[in-house]
Amino acid sequence: MFLDSDLLMSALRALTPILLAALGGALCERAGVFNIGLEGMMLMGCFTSVATSWFTGSPWLGVLAAALAAAAYSLILAVGAVTLRGDAVVLGIAMNLLAVGLTSFLLRTVFGVQGTFDDPSLAGLPLVGGFTPLAYLSWAAVAVAALLLSRHVWGLRLRGVGEAPDAAATLGVSPAKYRYGVILLSGVLCGLAGAQLALGNVTLFTENMTAGRGWIAVVAVMLGRAAPLGVLLAALLFGLAEAAGFRLQGLGLPQQATDAAPYVVTLGALFLTTARRRRTRPRTTGAVR
Amino acid sequence: MDTRARTRIAGALRSPLTFSVLAGLVIGALFLLGTGADPVTAYEAVLTGALGGDGIGSTLTTATSVLGLALALAIPLRAGLINLGGDGQMVLGGITAAVTGLYSPLPAPLTVVAALLAGMAAGAGYAVLAALCENRLGVPLLVSSLLLSYPAVSLASYLARYPLKEPGSSLPQTRALPDGVALPAFGDSTVTLGLVLVALAAAAYWFTDRRTAVGYEIRMTGLNSRFAAYAGVERRGLTLKLMSVSGGLAGLVGAIGVLSFPYRFVDGSLTAPGYTWTGLTAALLAAAAPPGTVIAAFFFAVLQVGGLAMERTTEVPRELTQVLQAIVIVFLAARLRFPGRWFAFGSGRRSPESEAV
Repeated sequence: MFLDSDLLMSALRALTPILLAALGGALCERAGVFNIGLEGMMLMGCFTSVATSWFTGSPWLGVLAAALAAAAYSLILAVGAVTLRGDAVVLGIAMNLLAVGLTSFLLRTVFGVQGTFDDPSLAGLPLVGGFTPLAYLSWAAVAVAALLLSRHVWGLRLRGVGEAPDAAATLGVSPAKYRYGVILLSGVLCGLAGAQLALGNVTLFTENMTAGRGWIAVVAVMLGRAAPLGVLLAALLFGLAEAAGFRLQGLGLPQQATDAAPYVVTLGALFLTTARRRRTRPRTTGAVR
Repeated sequence: MDTRARTRIAGALRSPLTFSVLAGLVIGALFLLGTGADPVTAYEAVLTGALGGDGIGSTLTTATSVLGLALALAIPLRAGLINLGGDGQMVLGGITAAVTGLYSPLPAPLTVVAALLAGMAAGAGYAVLAALCENRLGVPLLVSSLLLSYPAVSLASYLARYPLKEPGSSLPQTRALPDGVALPAFGDSTVTLGLVLVALAAAAYWFTDRRTAVGYEIRMTGLNSRFAAYAGVERRGLTLKLMSVSGGLAGLVGAIGVLSFPYRFVDGSLTAPGYTWTGLTAALLAAAAPPGTVIAAFFFAVLQVGGLAMERTTEVPRELTQVLQAIVIVFLAARLRFPGRWFAFGSGRRSPESEAV
């Protein structure tokens, strides 16, 4: 049978990086920051986690380093868009571009290889019940984010900052502080996403290995209306598409068809949902308001 | 020098553009020092490698693609629309041109024209699809154009690897185009008439931007889309038009790539050099202004080709040039600039030029 538990398991494995990155993106969106630098932050996380895991022998230090490095990297967006009021879209595009160049550059200067770094002694993340601990963490993060946004005062203020920054400022809630907070948090989450991709899904680093997953995460934010549970569903859709793609490849379909599958499915879903709810779609103007 | 000219020069010198390029070069120099290379030698190698006798042909060939895509992305960007689907539009243009070139019954010169037109039509059609996604379904153009790009690249890759693959070859490429189905090249170089076509496109863009009502509408929409809408600019129609021109140009670049050496569609040869992103960077750097886009595109073509020369002489990876490009845009997007007093020349006036890059 095509739809079986194996497919669901591989879908759940494929969705973890998307989910982590998309959660970060969703929080930014709620605070009124359009974050399209997810792809670049994730890629920084991939490289840092592999480099740290290789030098220290500990994948856990790799995960930690990835979170810190991606958070530091996200400061570009925070300083550029919030403090200097630059264009968040342009900054995000530049960050994605910079990450591709920087990680390829570092791959060659640190490891002296081009393309892929793959070493048997590189330690990956252990599997617990078929999933990496980061996968469980991502599910917990969905619950925590959902509760924070709906029940906690922090989430309420965050939403206030996104919906009416001037009103929030009048009430003594600093939009800049909240925005810095969520951008850094999205950096941490993207770093974890990168670590999951490079040390969980596989155990290696390849140039540009995120291959559009950060963009899929941006779409997941839109699809899920920037709500944690919605984002989870959207990421699940992507995971299913990727897993189904691999399955179809096993049945003899060319690799190009399966490569394209996740994007086609995501686009299709985007069409179906945005067409129906255009009025309620969160505003993404690109610039920080 | 009168006060106005001085203010203008001061404004230009401390504009975010100057700051960004200088900051990029300085940070690049730090990277070079970090890898133990001498920045002066490395930058010299970039310049001589790209502009010297051996490199200039290669630079002009690269500049053809970079400038073509820079224009393709600059034209919608002028109205504030970001087309991230250059790769897909270019690749579809390339594969369509290859198919036209291989199977057209027309005489060779007409086949070349037909292949160019078919390439442009394919790119334009695909870009219009992204525009329709925004207009009809409310999917932001940025996202729809980018996501549509991946299946297009996969499709072209599939065609070059299976149905159109050169029989007996181990490479993922189509058969070579028939004799004579090629753009005329200048002398022995790889520079073709394609460069002239792209230059003509740049001239047409400059003229439209400066001298026509449409150009004014586009600029006005870019500066303030709500005001433009109030003044009667129909946004959906404009999006459709701009995207078809943009995709058409990207398709043209793909067709030029196929109709130049090695005269066939090779999987990955159009996308691997990253022309789309370099072109977008150039367009952003110049704020999509026509003359600036040309200069920025040439600058990045020099960096890209010179990077290889730098890698040979100093063993610094050529990816450094990509880092440099991105840093320039990061600084520019953050609108950093030199403090006024550095270049104020004693006049207390702030020039408006420095605000509008």
